[in-house]
Amino acid sequence: MDFTIILDNLPLYVQGLWITIQLVFLALCAGLVLAVPTALLLTSKNPLVWGLPYAYVYFFRGTPLLVQLFLIYHGMGQFETIRESFIWPIFREAYWCALIAFSLNTGAYTAEILRGAINQTPWGEIEAAKACGMRKVTRYRRIILPSAFRRALPAYGNEVIFMLHGSAVASIVTLVDILGAGRIVNARYFAPWEAYVTSGLFYLCLTFAIVYFFKLWERRWSAHLRTR
Amino acid sequence: MSDAALIVDDLHKSFGAIEVLKGISLTAYDRDVISILGSSGSGKSTLLRCLNLLEVPNAGRVTVHGEEIRMTKRRNGDPVPADWKQVDRIRSRLGFVFQSFNLWSHMTVLENVIEAPIHVLKVPRKQAVERGEAMLHKVGMYERKDYYPAHISGGQQQRAAIARALAVEPTMLLFDEPTSALDPELVGEVLKVMRALAEEGRTMLVVTHEMGFARDVSDKVMFLHQGEVEEFGVPGDMFSNPKSERFRQFLSGALS
Repeated sequence: MDFTIILDNLPLYVQGLWITIQLVFLALCAGLVLAVPTALLLTSKNPLVWGLPYAYVYFFRGTPLLVQLFLIYHGMGQFETIRESFIWPIFREAYWCALIAFSLNTGAYTAEILRGAINQTPWGEIEAAKACGMRKVTRYRRIILPSAFRRALPAYGNEVIFMLHGSAVASIVTLVDILGAGRIVNARYFAPWEAYVTSGLFYLCLTFAIVYFFKLWERRWSAHLRTR
Repeated sequence: MSDAALIVDDLHKSFGAIEVLKGISLTAYDRDVISILGSSGSGKSTLLRCLNLLEVPNAGRVTVHGEEIRMTKRRNGDPVPADWKQVDRIRSRLGFVFQSFNLWSHMTVLENVIEAPIHVLKVPRKQAVERGEAMLHKVGMYERKDYYPAHISGGQQQRAAIARALAVEPTMLLFDEPTSALDPELVGEVLKVMRALAEEGRTMLVVTHEMGFARDVSDKVMFLHQGEVEEFGVPGDMFSNPKSERFRQFLSGALS
């Protein structure tokens, strides 16, 4: 093991770390914003309402993230209408393509997690809200969603970790994220062991941070579920 | 005679092919405490749930403090309230207590109690907390106000649920078998609170299996059998001298 390779290239890895954090954080935010309305539509009984969100979730859970990224990064450029339209500057950039793919992907998974949590809301609690004259909007805002978010938290923590690890595919479309840095180091020194162990350690540390963060969050939010 | 607090007129309710309520009529006046008795499946809970539209009746009229709940029909013939805003407004004036408490599990006892005042009645938070704490004192739950429902006993949960129902300053309280889900030794504490509310002069409709409460606390007793009012009267007369054979059988079953 040649530590000088790792130490010499640490700035490159830190740059990669920053790109990974940006991509994952922004994708999670956008995904969450997308997931809440999608999950609400999915709980509807009307096929005209749940049809489209269902197709979206089905596609993004049904295909690999790498395929989704290729379709957006390589696939979109094949169409002249897109190349000549105002959105081309976005689809031309690997960064934006990765961000779009990750957001749509985590949005689909998160919507599915939330849909399950919403459906599990105890029926009696919804009736109690109705019985005191709460309007439907207030029922969702005050009772159903806060209760569902709390139930969804452990599964969502898992999704965040999956998204972090899934984000490594960004390195395949020229982005220098944590794995991208490892690939560059490997190409330069032909030292795959050093290059990828370092990448792995960065992911490991990030995962620890996420697990710790969710532990704190659950302690705050799920006090009502703990046994005393 | 004072104005009627509640008039139920020829109420019908079916679940699919099964007719659960076959034309129930009932008038309750202010300060009335009416116990609704009946064996399981007699329709007593359904009756109570029709009063605040947790179940939508198929026919009949419900009038709360002179305001009739307006109904209309869907295209397929199913009845629906004409105006859900009216239903919400009427619901906010009726306190409902459930058999299984139905406290909001992600909120503390106090948060449960102040939720409807703040988010339905738009009472300022400070005022809602003051009133909520007073209600918790009344039901003996003030010391447990920061507990989550999962961390207190069933009797305590039901008393908190009663405080929640009281917090909206209801004109009438509806109790749906409030002690049926409780361990026997916890029934007493809930009945004691209900008895105190009756003595305060609150208007109460109580679906119950507690014969002692029906006999000693209520002003009137309604006995339902297979979706119809089999007997209605003053508890003294009804318990000592039941007129219908059904109620006699019910009593001998319940008291033996």
